[in-house]
Amino acid sequence: MIELQHVSKTFNKGRATEVNALNDINLLVKKGEYLVIVGANGSGKSTLLNIIAGNIKVSAGEIKIEGEDVHNYADYQRSKWIARVFQNPLSGTASGLSIIDNFRLSAIRTQGKNLTIGVNASFTKQVKEKIATLEMGLEDKLNQQMGTLSGGQRQALTLLMSVMDDCRILLLDEPTAALDPRSANIVMQTADKLVKDFGLTAVLITHNLKDAYTYGNRVIQMADGKIIRDVAGENKLTLSQAELFEWFS
Amino acid sequence: MEVYLSAVLQGLCLVAIALGVYLSMKIFNIPDITTDGSYTLGGAVTAVLLTHHQSLLVTVPAVMLAGAIAGAFTGLIHTKLKINALLAGILVMTALYSVNLTIMGRSNIPLLNMSSIFNVVNLSSNPDYNTLFIVLIIVAVLILALGFLLKTDFGIAMRATGDSEQMVRAMGVNTDRMKIIGLALANALTALSGFLMTQFQGYADINMGIGIVITGLGSVIIAETIINWRRITSIQVSLILVVCGAVVFQLVLAFALVIGVDANLLKLVTALFVLLIVSLPRLSFRKQYD
Repeated sequence: MIELQHVSKTFNKGRATEVNALNDINLLVKKGEYLVIVGANGSGKSTLLNIIAGNIKVSAGEIKIEGEDVHNYADYQRSKWIARVFQNPLSGTASGLSIIDNFRLSAIRTQGKNLTIGVNASFTKQVKEKIATLEMGLEDKLNQQMGTLSGGQRQALTLLMSVMDDCRILLLDEPTAALDPRSANIVMQTADKLVKDFGLTAVLITHNLKDAYTYGNRVIQMADGKIIRDVAGENKLTLSQAELFEWFS
Repeated sequence: MEVYLSAVLQGLCLVAIALGVYLSMKIFNIPDITTDGSYTLGGAVTAVLLTHHQSLLVTVPAVMLAGAIAGAFTGLIHTKLKINALLAGILVMTALYSVNLTIMGRSNIPLLNMSSIFNVVNLSSNPDYNTLFIVLIIVAVLILALGFLLKTDFGIAMRATGDSEQMVRAMGVNTDRMKIIGLALANALTALSGFLMTQFQGYADINMGIGIVITGLGSVIIAETIINWRRITSIQVSLILVVCGAVVFQLVLAFALVIGVDANLLKLVTALFVLLIVSLPRLSFRKQYD
């Protein structure tokens, strides 16, 4: 699904502040894989995710999505495969727009934004039913501004929005870092459910080792721009929380 | 009474600017300074075409196209060269001064005894009422058209652009393109105000645009204050409030003149009035929570 070959990324090349954020990364994420990335700050996790999303271009190497060479595609062009949930709950939704308008935008993520009115009765009904599954009581507030909601509510809605349109890849960049434990739990469980229900390929960055243990079917650890551990399949299932904690000691 | 009617008419002529600033605020969160130049540009193109006996059917599209090109330049400078949006606007505005002077050939073109949009049809024997009816029709068309546009899928993407660029790009929107189109549209509207105002006052002047962005901004802020206060979510109602804002703004200036404020101080009064409405929400906020 996602294929990175010899991918390197250098920031501020040739200056005193030069940083090798990614160092010759080779990574193949298969269809249906739920990959969890752990690693200390500055290990290159976020850079890796941004390279996949297209916010950052590679310095060297190749990147393919579903076999298509995408290294020249901007982030908005890669959105035909990729939906994202950001670390900052405010980034994933437009606060000045109503809930329903936010959902409309996500429902046409892979399509052209035309001069037709898409928010009609049937669309509203569809969104209402989706939001009701969150059991947050937001289904009756569709015209409310997104900005009036809490971070946890917005993050949960961002997740729902990701599957409004055809979605193959879900990128989760520390989606619960800014949330309280209860909201974090709801968001992680919703994500897990969506990944399973829609057969998504997902990549999760997290500092929460408990989440890294609980979720996903493959976990990699990064350090200094390299992948230093890679545990998949059976081994991920049998990987204990204690072992995971030892990676960082 | 005469003074206030004249202020209402002037306000309605400036509605298109307010709507343009409303758009640029949605896209950038800052007003587009190009406005000062593209308003005069609209006036200059109008004056030159009308004095060359071109029909309104030619003049209106030409005016809006000229404004759109000016806005697109600001958009291109901002997105392609990564220049700060405020500076990009100032650069284009400055350049437009020379462009406008070149188009006009001199600093002032009178349009006396010319056919204008305000006498294409006669709805009332009183010329002021006739102007009022015609400009109201134009404003209604603008609200309906812009209201429709902003409710479409394209319009939702446009409104979201100033909100969270990261999110909008993740939703598959080329935000650079969106900004260029949005600024082109905003400045086409601004130029339309120049078109109306030139015919309303009977001349185009090279300095007519100085500080006009403040008029647009003031109108939008009056509207936004009410929108936030009443938690209005309807686009159509918001646009109508912007229209009211533009009229109220001119009425306040007319009132200042009536109570005897020196006409030379009018820009100072304008700035102070905008300062007042900008700071009002903050002042009342303090009282409540401090």
